[in-house]
Amino acid sequence: MLTGGLIILASFAYVGLLFGIAYYGDKRADAGRSIIANPYIYALSLAVYCTSWTFYGSVGRAATSGIGFLPIYLGPTLMAALWWYVMLKMIRISKANRITSIADFIASRYGKSQTLGGLVTIIAVIGIVPYIALQLKAISTSFAIIRRYPEVAMPADLHRAQLFLGDNTFYIAMLLAAFTILFGTRHLDATERHEGLVAAVAFESLVKLVAFIAVGLFVTYGMYNGFADIFDRAEATPAVNNLLVFSAEVGNYMTWASLTFLSMLAIMFLPRQFQVSIVENVDERHLNKAIWLFPLYLLAINIFVLPIALGGLMHFSSGNIDADTFVLTLPISEQQAWLALVAFIGGLSAATGMVIVETIALSTMVCNDLVMPALLRMKWLRLNERVDLSGLLLGIRRGAIVVILVLGYLYFALAGEAYALVSIGLISFSAVAQFAPAIIGGIYWKGGTRLGALCGLAAGFVVWTYTLLLPSFAKSGWLPMSFLTDGMLGIELLRPQQLFGLTGFDDTTHCLFWSMLANIGCYVGVSLLQRPSAAEHGQATLFVDALKYTPAAGSQFWRGSASVDELRALLGRFLGPERAREAFNAYARNHRIESGQTHAANPDLVHYAESLLAGTIGSASARIMIASVVQEEPLAIDEVMHIIDEASQVLAYSRQLEQKSRELETATNELRMANQRLQELDRMKDDFISTVTHELRTPLTSIRAFSEILNDNPELEAQQRRKFLGIIIKESERLTRLINQVLDLAKIESGNAEWHTSDIDMREVIEDSVSATSQLFKENAIELELDLPDTVPVVTADRDRLMQVMLNLLSNAAKFCRTDGTGRVRISLRRTADALQVDVADNGIGISEADQKVIFEKFRQVGDTLTAKPQGSGLGLPICRQIIGHFGGKLWVRSRPGVGATFSFTIPLAAARTEQHDAERARGVA
Amino acid sequence: MVRPGVKGQRLVALFLLGGLLLNYPLLDLFARGGEIFGIPVLYVYVFSVWALLIALMAIIVETRGD
Repeated sequence: MLTGGLIILASFAYVGLLFGIAYYGDKRADAGRSIIANPYIYALSLAVYCTSWTFYGSVGRAATSGIGFLPIYLGPTLMAALWWYVMLKMIRISKANRITSIADFIASRYGKSQTLGGLVTIIAVIGIVPYIALQLKAISTSFAIIRRYPEVAMPADLHRAQLFLGDNTFYIAMLLAAFTILFGTRHLDATERHEGLVAAVAFESLVKLVAFIAVGLFVTYGMYNGFADIFDRAEATPAVNNLLVFSAEVGNYMTWASLTFLSMLAIMFLPRQFQVSIVENVDERHLNKAIWLFPLYLLAINIFVLPIALGGLMHFSSGNIDADTFVLTLPISEQQAWLALVAFIGGLSAATGMVIVETIALSTMVCNDLVMPALLRMKWLRLNERVDLSGLLLGIRRGAIVVILVLGYLYFALAGEAYALVSIGLISFSAVAQFAPAIIGGIYWKGGTRLGALCGLAAGFVVWTYTLLLPSFAKSGWLPMSFLTDGMLGIELLRPQQLFGLTGFDDTTHCLFWSMLANIGCYVGVSLLQRPSAAEHGQATLFVDALKYTPAAGSQFWRGSASVDELRALLGRFLGPERAREAFNAYARNHRIESGQTHAANPDLVHYAESLLAGTIGSASARIMIASVVQEEPLAIDEVMHIIDEASQVLAYSRQLEQKSRELETATNELRMANQRLQELDRMKDDFISTVTHELRTPLTSIRAFSEILNDNPELEAQQRRKFLGIIIKESERLTRLINQVLDLAKIESGNAEWHTSDIDMREVIEDSVSATSQLFKENAIELELDLPDTVPVVTADRDRLMQVMLNLLSNAAKFCRTDGTGRVRISLRRTADALQVDVADNGIGISEADQKVIFEKFRQVGDTLTAKPQGSGLGLPICRQIIGHFGGKLWVRSRPGVGATFSFTIPLAAARTEQHDAERARGVA
Repeated sequence: MVRPGVKGQRLVALFLLGGLLLNYPLLDLFARGGEIFGIPVLYVYVFSVWALLIALMAIIVETRGD
């Protein structure tokens, strides 16, 4: 019932469906309504990791090593937990630099090195060839088996009589090449993104999962009675029960750990994983869901592996059925035609998905990093003069796809028979693991250099070839077996799988150890021995600090000049003139530049053009092409350092700015306070003027009033007249005194007063002032008491000014003292530590606490000035305080209302005088 | 914009935990035969740890706030 025709028809129908999905996906993408822009499609597309290896090979592996098939899926699960750091960083870097392949990534990191890009490409192609052979083997074996339905037979006749045209597998390879070309290289896109392809891959992931689970359910619950039943029976079967434990025979922990490690690297650095997870990533936020959805997919597709393996081993107990085919042969042996077809389609799905994505990724690398740089170097090809190169680019890629599949076919034909599926795959895993040091080191360590990466990759690749690839040829009979048993040239130490006598490892672990030792050792060692060039340093900073810099940062590592027209023409040759014009218009729109108005391109535009070009022909080639139209000034290492310095300087500036703003704030506060003080002073000046005028008006008013009376009444009595004239004279004197005092105060305050300092005896001053005011005290019947020491040191001061102070204090005392005959004023002079102190104490009305504070202010008179006639100008005490202050002394008052008041002042002794007073004294003496 | 923060650190811790649980010597403790519900202990252990890791990753990543 399952004829060859039906199977082929079903296969083509399935591939047709894939094309439909891809076509729909591309259409939607062109319309701007992407169907892959969601995390679920992204996670499913990552499952391109599961190939025929998973679909057929895992069961085969499980049949020989039990749970030993699992590290290949546990590794990616663990790695997914680190994606938040590693994958995110790689996505950011790739998007910012328009990186489209893993070769481009490594080349770009190490100074856009063409050599490095070429080496990575060669390693990737050679390393992946066995992996593609694995898919071909799976498809061709599964086709050969299902074609014999309902018979269950191993295709012994698969061993082809002749290569190529006489071999079905060759046709399968060519069909796959045709599919891939149709899928991936229909047109050229600067971003190398294939939305339709991703949609198809995601669909394939669903198909293979469903198919595998369908077979798993059938075996577990159709052929047996569930998990427990299978395991029970396996336990009872001597040939099988050793698979249920982690015994020494089925593997050891070293293998387990090294396979886990290997698969952790594979999930990051396989070219197809790089393609789907980084290049085809639409939005970095999709990573969030993929971190757990992708491991969940891996878990789901592995649940039934062991039951199918055990079921198969027990079902085909004769042992003549290859365990790699159990997924297909178990349904066939149970006559489940449709399930067998589903399983076949599932396997086909797993294989085609891998082959299509892998070869597209590889062909991009071959074209951008291997062929184009070489062609561009061949001046005689005159590629630089070709108007449109996009056709050439597509041609190279298509050719590369065919070549890669032919290589895969050859490996399958030459070496494929000797190995199980998983073992072939592990050869490829070990090859791509060589990229890990250069990439991981490259994005976390600025010190890695181009030469270091080159040496590390080359060394790792050589060791891989010697310890894993060549032995696979030897085991297939294409190299003499003596190469394995006796070592190269018969030197035992060089036996490829016991290198330098190292034993106890399986092939893969052995290779992993030696290749990583050589790779990491050379990478780190060589990097440490040399200084990176300017270009390397710039790129290293961009990569390592990718999470800090903005995407446009690349242009700062460039100096030079170019014309816009030349750039546009250059882009036109690779992208087609139409796309190039669109790109430039878009740039002009985004940067608000009138297109056609500027002729000189700025560094930013050059960088933009280079990154566009890099998307199409790779960063290394793009660099060369751009350099051909741009007069570039090479960046010296110190310039790069300078640019990096600038970035840190910006930080420093911002810190300085903060400090400045804080200082500014302080200054503002000070200014505000000064302004307040100024306003207060202004108000005080106004108050002063209004008070002065008020004080002047009072005597003026009475002078005028009495003058008018005298003027209007000439017949006034002589006695009356004399009295009035006396008042006028007294008021005039008061007016004069007031004006003198105001002038005096103004002079002292402005510093214009004249001071005649000399050494004076304070006792003399006091005695003189007392005799000058004795009449005043007598009139008021006030007893005056003097308490003066016999000798006092001389002080340096202005004698007349001190007299003024004393007179003022004494007249105040007389004014406010009791006038009923019990009044008493006591003057004392004594010496303190560094000054002379004079106290003038009365037993008058005293001054209240509140008034004590204000009496030294101008025009402040104690008492109700509205009702009582003021008894002074209100300037005496302020003037006194100014005078005493001038000589460095203090004037203050102590008083209790009703008891009396004591005014005291000090004059510093000569030794304690300040320099200011020395200077003034000197001036005064002169 | 995805920012590795405390979530990223939790994921790294989970990576280390997974690496420990799924390797020698802890793995060896469960690799000596025996059955749970008729299924070998080794098989149950590895798949349970695996499922647990995935669940924890989902919880860490999907929890709002950082």
